Amino acid sequence: DIIQTSRPQFTNSPTMIVMVGLPARGKTYISRKLTRYLNWIGVQTQGECILYIFIYLYRDYSKEPKDCIYTGTCTNNLSSFKLWYVTHNVVFDATNTTRERRGVIISFAKEKGYKVFFIESICDDPEIIEANIMEVKLSSPDYEDCDKEEALDDFVKRIECYKTNYVSLDEEKDRHLSYIKIFNVGSRYLVNRVQDHIQSRIVYYLMNIHVTPRSIYLSRHGESELNLLGRIGGDSGLSTQGKKYASALAEFIRNQAIKDLKVWTSHMKRTIQTAEALGVAYEQWKALNEIDAGMCEEMTYEKIQENYPEEFAMRDQDKYRYRYPKGESYEDLVHRLEPVIMELERQENVLVICHQAVMRCLLAYFLDKSADELPYLKCPLHTVLKLTPVAYGCKVESFYLNIKAVNTHRERPANVDVTRGPEEALRTVPDHF
Amino acid sequence: MSAADGSMDPCGPTPSRELTQNPLKKIWMPCKNGLPEKHISQRRVCMTNCPTLIVTVGLPARGKTYISKKLTRYLNWIGVPTKEFNVGQYRRECVKIYKSFEFFRPDNEEGLKIRKECASAALNDVRQYLTEEGGQVAVFDATNTTRERRETINRFAEQNGFKVFFVESVCEDPDVIAENIVQVKLGSPDYTHCNTEQAVEDFMKRIKCYENSYQPLDEVLDRDLSFIKIIDVGRRYLVNRVQDHIQSRIVYYLMNIHITPRSIYLCRHGESDLNVKGRIGGDSGLTFRGKEFAHYLGQFIHAQGISDLKVWTSQMKRTIQTAEALGVPYEQWKALNEIDAGVCEELMYEEIQQRYPLEFALRDQDKYRYRYPKGESYEDLVQRLEPVIMELERQENVLVICHQAVMRCLLAYFLDKSAEELPYLKCPLHTVLKLTPVAYGCKVESIYLNVDAVNTHRERPENVNVHRSAADALQTVPAHL
Repeated sequence: DIIQTSRPQFTNSPTMIVMVGLPARGKTYISRKLTRYLNWIGVQTQGECILYIFIYLYRDYSKEPKDCIYTGTCTNNLSSFKLWYVTHNVVFDATNTTRERRGVIISFAKEKGYKVFFIESICDDPEIIEANIMEVKLSSPDYEDCDKEEALDDFVKRIECYKTNYVSLDEEKDRHLSYIKIFNVGSRYLVNRVQDHIQSRIVYYLMNIHVTPRSIYLSRHGESELNLLGRIGGDSGLSTQGKKYASALAEFIRNQAIKDLKVWTSHMKRTIQTAEALGVAYEQWKALNEIDAGMCEEMTYEKIQENYPEEFAMRDQDKYRYRYPKGESYEDLVHRLEPVIMELERQENVLVICHQAVMRCLLAYFLDKSADELPYLKCPLHTVLKLTPVAYGCKVESFYLNIKAVNTHRERPANVDVTRGPEEALRTVPDHF
Repeated sequence: MSAADGSMDPCGPTPSRELTQNPLKKIWMPCKNGLPEKHISQRRVCMTNCPTLIVTVGLPARGKTYISKKLTRYLNWIGVPTKEFNVGQYRRECVKIYKSFEFFRPDNEEGLKIRKECASAALNDVRQYLTEEGGQVAVFDATNTTRERRETINRFAEQNGFKVFFVESVCEDPDVIAENIVQVKLGSPDYTHCNTEQAVEDFMKRIKCYENSYQPLDEVLDRDLSFIKIIDVGRRYLVNRVQDHIQSRIVYYLMNIHITPRSIYLCRHGESDLNVKGRIGGDSGLTFRGKEFAHYLGQFIHAQGISDLKVWTSQMKRTIQTAEALGVPYEQWKALNEIDAGVCEELMYEEIQQRYPLEFALRDQDKYRYRYPKGESYEDLVQRLEPVIMELERQENVLVICHQAVMRCLLAYFLDKSAEELPYLKCPLHTVLKLTPVAYGCKVESIYLNVDAVNTHRERPENVNVHRSAADALQTVPAHL
């Protein structure tokens, strides 16, 4: 039973992540982002699952602590994952401390054989808290009919109530727990007893993300010579239209007037030629190179169907996991792109000039697309996607720069059987010379 | 024209520059009149704009030098020029003979004067390394236990435009400290004239000299500094104000290393069919002898009686076949695959010389940076292997069954070999290297499992000129069928 992925799976027991903190401390933001990242790097495979539990400190006296853990279903496939919510309805009693309630969670985890990792977000900067509240809380149904100022006031008062009940993770008393405490959106971190690989990766990720407003621009290289011929891969230069796009991109970027924009390209000629037209410094990343099609490099789809009909069919059956002979799979690509994503998280305004498969992977990360959707995301030539993080997600603006280009998007055909005929296999191939 | 500071030319679009592909690294670069133009970064990502000064903080025997050396080794391996500056070393050069802990007494004016001078001399060398010798990171290894001393260093860094990152090690576990003293202090030049008991006693008094004036980095008082505080050998970490990419990488690395005793076993797959034919790359299976090796490898591993041994292979048939013979679970890493020889895959050296004589010569000129056409370079390999190294640091006992170029890269990391030496490290078939971290380095034991195999090691020939004859080029090719 060898698990066929790019890289070994590192945990045997599932991990339960417990978010701790007062309201408006970014718990939801952090857990959604972390979930997205872990899903993208493929953690949800083969029985490894990550479960989240929140500790909300609502003063509701009606429920017993042990009745508060909602056990939902845990899915083991790559694409879906459920956020578990535990509302800690606290029975307020002088003898009942929240440390006891954490104890309930820990025994629950022990019973199930889960490792527990706490993420606590602590913030004492009133400006950050206010910004949080404005961005995410006030858009909730609770405050639909309220005046913004009043609503803010009300929420701040709510938080004050919770403060009296709140017990932060303690360096001494909680020294046996595994946790990270994040202070003031990342200016400081306290990390205790990281147990394994996945916790180490989680810590690294959390320490690299930030909330400074910024935009990420994703674009492919301008149309290339091989694009025109309907051939995949290779290292060709830009076509005439491609060069026009590069100029148009330069103007677009100029008009956006972006502060301190970083520009990244791959090591392939077509992205670099595109960047050259911008007239600014750019950095080349080998990790941004297009997916390696191995034996199928520089072939047309027709040629692939002719020479490797079985391979062609298998790819349509599972485009995410399919690896070209002596080449790569989308799954491999995601693994290759991790350091790029990590650095994108650290950076602020960035323009990434890359390739179709690569752009699909990056987009899937930002827009939380599943492994099944990822290889079919539409990333046409000569179109810039502007991604701006907002609330819990990402706003996407699409800019087609009005320079004609061939279509390189091949939809999944209806018939993916290895016995299918060439016509069925090639039905969805886009036009080319 | 393009602006280095990232600002756009207000006069409108510039005509695209021509691109030329660097023949060695296969990197596309702008060129003028057929000659390559200087470009800001050919590297994967610009780690820092200004150099970084890492400053250790902590009482003696807290692992500062261990951390400094390890960090330096890691950064150099990933391609960031780094050097460590150990103030104790400077002191030993200044005060030729160490008499006793009295030198370190806080009221010893003469001692204080000398120690201050040594720190200054070291900082001077740091400045030279970072500004004139192309260094990117300098590790200033000293106790730096007072706020005053740290302030001095901060001022120095500010004057020179260096970023500062403090690495503090705090530990009160007497067992850890005792083990530390045994492993590295007793063998120090300071104590050659003492017996163990005397040395330990003296060293403990030395530590005492620092304790009273020790001002650990503080969450509040030092909130504007960038630092990591490592508590109890990694049980807990406090990280404050990570400024940039390189500091983030340093923190990640420091949080993954440990000092639990363990061994790492490195070996190649058993002899393969392509090995015997003198062909590089490919994905062939084991020869009869290769299978024999796998069998003996199983016996060897079993005899070593290692607790909880993890076994890793690449995703190529020959390493997996080798692991299969061990009869234990193993994990496959694509990152451990052999270097991709691109258009030269499955060719013999003779064929490469025949079809691509220029490439063959370029490779001999700079084997570390040379990238096969449509393939990889050793430099690419190191980048690919970085997550493997990180996980090796986290793990304990591991057996890695890999390939020649890959094994050279891993070995270079553990044995601190330079980019020049790396591609020529000897990693013969059917030989297991057992690496055991000890003191500041790594003990290496080489175990040949007594099954014959072809030699696949090609030395650098004398003549690396592109106009050399075929005979000169093929001089060092090992024998094959």
